[in-house]
Amino acid sequence: MATRQTRTLARFMMAPSVILLFIWMIVPLAMTLWFSFQNYNLLNPGNVSFAGLFNYKFFLTDPAFLQSIWNTLAIVIGVLVITVVGGVALAMLLDQPMFGQGIVRILVISPFFVMPPVAALVWKNMIMHPGYGVLADISKSVGLKPIDWFAHYPLISIVIIVAWQWLPFATLILLTALQSLDEEQKEAAEMDGANFANRFWYLTLPHLARAITVVILIQTIFLLGVYAEILVTTNGGPGYATTNLAFLIYRTALLGYDVGGASAGGVIAVILANIVAIFLMRAVGKNLDK
Amino acid sequence: MKLNMLVASLCWTSALAFAAHAETITIATVNNGDMIRMQKLADDFKAKNPDIDLQWVTLEENVLRERVTTDIATKGGQYDVMTIGTYEVPIWAKQQWLLPLDNLGADYDTADIIPAIAGGLSADGKLYAAPFYGESSFVMYRKDLMEKAGLTMPEAPTWEFIGEAARKMTDRANDINGVCLRGKAGWGENMAFLTAMSNSFGARWFDENWQPQFDQPEWKNTLDTYVKLMNDAGPQGASSNGFNENLALFQQGKCGMWIDATVAASFVSDPKNSTVADKVGYALAPDNGLGKRGNWLWAWSLGIPAGTQKAEAAQKFVSWATGKPYLELVASKEGWANVPPGTRSSLYANPEYQKAAPFAKMTLDSINSADPTKPTVKPVPYVGVQFVAIPEFQGLGTTVGQLFSAALAGQMPVDDALAQAQQVSVREMTRAGYIK
Amino acid sequence: MARAVSTRRKIGFTIAAWAVALMIFFPILYTIITSLKTEPEAIAGFSLIPSGTLESYFAVQSQNDYFKPFINSVIISVGSTLIALVIAIPSAWSMAFSPTKRTKDVLMWMLSTKMMPAVGVLVPMYLIFRDTGLLDTRLGLTIVLTLINLPIVVWMLYTYFREIPGEILEAARMDGASLFNEIVHVLTPMAVPGIASTLLLNIILAWNESFWSIRLSAANAAPLTAFIASFSSPQGLFWAKLSAASTLAIAPILIMGWFSQRQLVRGLTFGAVK
Repeated sequence: MATRQTRTLARFMMAPSVILLFIWMIVPLAMTLWFSFQNYNLLNPGNVSFAGLFNYKFFLTDPAFLQSIWNTLAIVIGVLVITVVGGVALAMLLDQPMFGQGIVRILVISPFFVMPPVAALVWKNMIMHPGYGVLADISKSVGLKPIDWFAHYPLISIVIIVAWQWLPFATLILLTALQSLDEEQKEAAEMDGANFANRFWYLTLPHLARAITVVILIQTIFLLGVYAEILVTTNGGPGYATTNLAFLIYRTALLGYDVGGASAGGVIAVILANIVAIFLMRAVGKNLDK
Repeated sequence: MKLNMLVASLCWTSALAFAAHAETITIATVNNGDMIRMQKLADDFKAKNPDIDLQWVTLEENVLRERVTTDIATKGGQYDVMTIGTYEVPIWAKQQWLLPLDNLGADYDTADIIPAIAGGLSADGKLYAAPFYGESSFVMYRKDLMEKAGLTMPEAPTWEFIGEAARKMTDRANDINGVCLRGKAGWGENMAFLTAMSNSFGARWFDENWQPQFDQPEWKNTLDTYVKLMNDAGPQGASSNGFNENLALFQQGKCGMWIDATVAASFVSDPKNSTVADKVGYALAPDNGLGKRGNWLWAWSLGIPAGTQKAEAAQKFVSWATGKPYLELVASKEGWANVPPGTRSSLYANPEYQKAAPFAKMTLDSINSADPTKPTVKPVPYVGVQFVAIPEFQGLGTTVGQLFSAALAGQMPVDDALAQAQQVSVREMTRAGYIK
Repeated sequence: MARAVSTRRKIGFTIAAWAVALMIFFPILYTIITSLKTEPEAIAGFSLIPSGTLESYFAVQSQNDYFKPFINSVIISVGSTLIALVIAIPSAWSMAFSPTKRTKDVLMWMLSTKMMPAVGVLVPMYLIFRDTGLLDTRLGLTIVLTLINLPIVVWMLYTYFREIPGEILEAARMDGASLFNEIVHVLTPMAVPGIASTLLLNIILAWNESFWSIRLSAANAAPLTAFIASFSSPQGLFWAKLSAASTLAIAPILIMGWFSQRQLVRGLTFGAVK
């Protein structure tokens, strides 16, 4: 198919991104690896020594570690389910003819424009607070007891906030993909008398497969690192109920200033994230080949 | 074409980046009301020092702390003046990261600084940061609700009285909670309150050999009292409430009592924002008759990093912002009630200030009753009232705070929370080399 | 071709879509409403009718000049996005049209460079920035954001390019079109919707990036994320002020989104080209 010349050229064209990203990856990674074998507290720089594997051992035996893995996965999976299902539904809805389509689209996309700490503050205080939030007002007006979200459903609350932020991303990508679906194909299927469910299952969904894959992969990367929302709302509590891996590293790095421990945590996080990524590629990667 | 734009934008970027003035000092500060006011009044400083330009970096507390700590520890040199708290000063001074403030001018009057505050900001007799405003904590209560409950608040209540009053004042049907206390996990959130409270129960974080003390009855007593009190008389959502959430509840008339920073008094007594402004009374933080009260001590202070090239200009600024003339400047522009409190004894002797701030005496008494160098009933190896001034405390305090917030939310029995707190503390302290 | 859409159906979709959209938009709407309230109103409980005062906006502006961080945000987010596009378009092109066995691995590896948790590498990065003199410069932040978002840009472009039927390119090649012509005249027009949506999303990502942009800036290069951090969680309740600051930070990107979403809709004509 492609000649050797184009293939060489293709490599040449890939080179800038590959080289840049390689440097971007390898330099911090090397430094992090180096620090992960050191006893190094930023607030006590006179006292640096070789630590061997101790930082790793210390991080892995943290009482919150196992739960933080579970919480990390729960946040990723919870948000993915909400955003992919919701995103497909929303994209299909927004693809329909309607009045004020442009405004509706911008309204739906807008949560993505809000910075995470602000989104968390708004949700915590204006929406979810059981004393003076909007949801509390609503439940009081219908005679129900307000829900104490962050005490009783801490992880779900975090998932809701994060899903709200990422739903627009999924919707936007899926909508763009949906619009490249051949109008004639759609009409033909409709003529054939295929009902909505069949059209969705055999035509729309396969067409969206690649876009969904991209949404899942890209979001997973971001969702593994969620911590700003947790910091603002619960600080990882109550207990370790909302402590995920990123928050655990945050606690080590920017509260404890334990550079060695945080580096070990970073390396562990990279390894775990790669396991997740390999797993994901197995599960959904074949969609990319089509 | 794209490339042209790119090159142009890069040139522009770098050109602007290097166009800095030689005599500009950069001040990192926290976004609290008193500091915002200082920025607005900085024209006065420029009028007196026309050769010094000021550049501000204002950030919220947590981000600011991360930012300045990273910068000073790596000698990044981004700031010439840093706003830091009583927690940072002893740790940084020990590392010799701060310049001792020995050149603040002849009329600065260092002796006027309230001794408890000066003590928290000094090491080896040298002042390492100048206090901009200081605060302790005390009880704010609703006089009307107290009367309705048939009680009178003493000037120095006990925990027993607070418990009784809180339960009597609680009226769930009308959405009134007897007492609002911090519950959100964090070393500066629930642990600031609980550590101060535990001092009055005779508890301590560590004994003289740095052994954690969460397995001692004093801590159990503290946490038991707190959790039961909050279950009986606390608001919904207590386990994620911090200073601001409780402030909102109190201002809306939903709290009978609130034990928190003295600076809150100026908010709740402000008729413009508070629905209960004319009904608030003040009392000292409670005790248990053991000789220590459950109040803390904090001072936002200005320090100068040792690496700065502009030490002289920076000292001039620190002297201006924390000196007596600044207090008068604020008073003349915005009234005595808006003067940054808690730093100078002379302010509390000023009759005009006493008139403008009804909580002045209580604030001073609270500050004076806290002693960061001797915070607990039993002896301890550390400095700090509501914190332990060691580098490991922010991380450890937050972890313990998470456990205690779980106890408050009812997800974990008090005994489990304490046992786990003990376990993580031993673990952390052993690693850091305190426990041999 | 045009299918007659019954007005009834259209009204139905309109109602459904508006209902959902308003629900999603509500937290932002409420933020905007709150920004038009006075501080006591803002904490007084639920109300959708503000007094319409602009005092919070004046308060915000007098506390912290909006213009400088706004310019910084524009330079950093647009600059980093354009650079990333320039680097990524050739890569994505070659991966989409001359795939090798390892293409998927390379793609995956690119994404994996984003897996290092930012908080874990702050200190090493800070040291690098200090030693290269990039601390608190727009150039430094532009470089970081370019690299952070490059994998996303490559991925998105790759996905969109894959949608373009290979036969068209084959045909162009048969006609003897040079590679340059192939990209500029054949590929680019077809890829415009994809590039546009990548551009838009990436500018937003860069605009909102609130870890590095705050940690690596001080007074000179601080973008709007730092502007927001100077208003969030002060001691005291300043909901109206925070809402006003947030509205100011969101507004430019919202307006940009409003204009560019027309560009995205062009995807509709895309199928017909095929």
